[in-house]
Amino acid sequence: MSEKNDPEHQEQHIVGPKVYLLVFLALMVLTATTTGVAFIDLGVFNPIIALAIACVKASLVVLFFMHIHYSSRLLKMTVLAGLFTFLLLITLTMTDYISRAWGMW
Amino acid sequence: MDSQSIAATHGELVGGVDPHSHPAFLRHHFETVAQQREAASFGMWVFLLTEVMFFGGMFCAYLIFRNWYHPAFVAGSNTLSITLGTTNTAVLICSSLTMAMAVYSAEMRRRGQLIAFLLLTIVLGLAFLGIKAVEYKEKFDLHHVPGPNFSIQEFVHPTNPKAIPLAPDMAEKTQIYFSLYFAMTGMHALHMIIGISLLFFLVAKAYQGAYTAGHIMPIENFGLYWHFVDIVWIFLFPLLYLISRYR
Repeated sequence: MSEKNDPEHQEQHIVGPKVYLLVFLALMVLTATTTGVAFIDLGVFNPIIALAIACVKASLVVLFFMHIHYSSRLLKMTVLAGLFTFLLLITLTMTDYISRAWGMW
Repeated sequence: MDSQSIAATHGELVGGVDPHSHPAFLRHHFETVAQQREAASFGMWVFLLTEVMFFGGMFCAYLIFRNWYHPAFVAGSNTLSITLGTTNTAVLICSSLTMAMAVYSAEMRRRGQLIAFLLLTIVLGLAFLGIKAVEYKEKFDLHHVPGPNFSIQEFVHPTNPKAIPLAPDMAEKTQIYFSLYFAMTGMHALHMIIGISLLFFLVAKAYQGAYTAGHIMPIENFGLYWHFVDIVWIFLFPLLYLISRYR
């Protein structure tokens, strides 16, 4: 087996303090933003913006703090597969609740 | 006899190369340290996916009940302190930074720095739990804990001039909001308590120099767990505190 070319034998990338600090600052700014936006009346867009910001924050944590940006394809696929399964379960559940007369009686 | 003691007793050379000339922490079923690390990360991520599904179930319940009893969820959400919630978010993000720096210190093989960052993570984790305890105590004082002592007074005759008074049957549904609030933040806090307990163990082992000789896997995998707990809070914070504010 050619150990050198096999991705599972590659040395792991060391993420430095500079990246961590930048991600940390971005997370802090996004936290301040989401809190500020909560006091502005945007109607249906309030939850949408709040969740969008939360998704960006979570992505930053996964990609840089949890090193997925630097990881092998196996780990990237694992994370995506989990996300996909979770969204699938939520979507299937919600189609049921949205398309029936629950709570309408 | 485990692989380590076999490695110690069988020192024979194969083709002039000692087959056991590898770090003691490399298990025999792995060819390289990198492969062992990859396998450990994969295993940790699969565990974290089960955690995603666990918290996901509660998020799904929140989504459905919020759509059914929207006025009750708005009223319940507005009794939470946005100041304490935002502070706790900041504290948790700081603890994620210190944990990420702990992983970096282990990679750089700096023992003192590793212990310092792990201890900082413990302090920030405890600060989060302390603030959470203050919030919980307020809920007990106001009779906003679901159960026989729950009071709908605040929701039927609100003291906040911006609040819309609820009919008693809808006001009762705020108990569902607070049940989900306690279930979700409670399970999150339990994960923090488990994490902090593990951190004490890691500090003790780090003090003995276990993670600054190339074997950083336990620190790295614990980091993944800690960041996951941070991500859960990143979603809990807007859903429970932010999206239903009176404006």
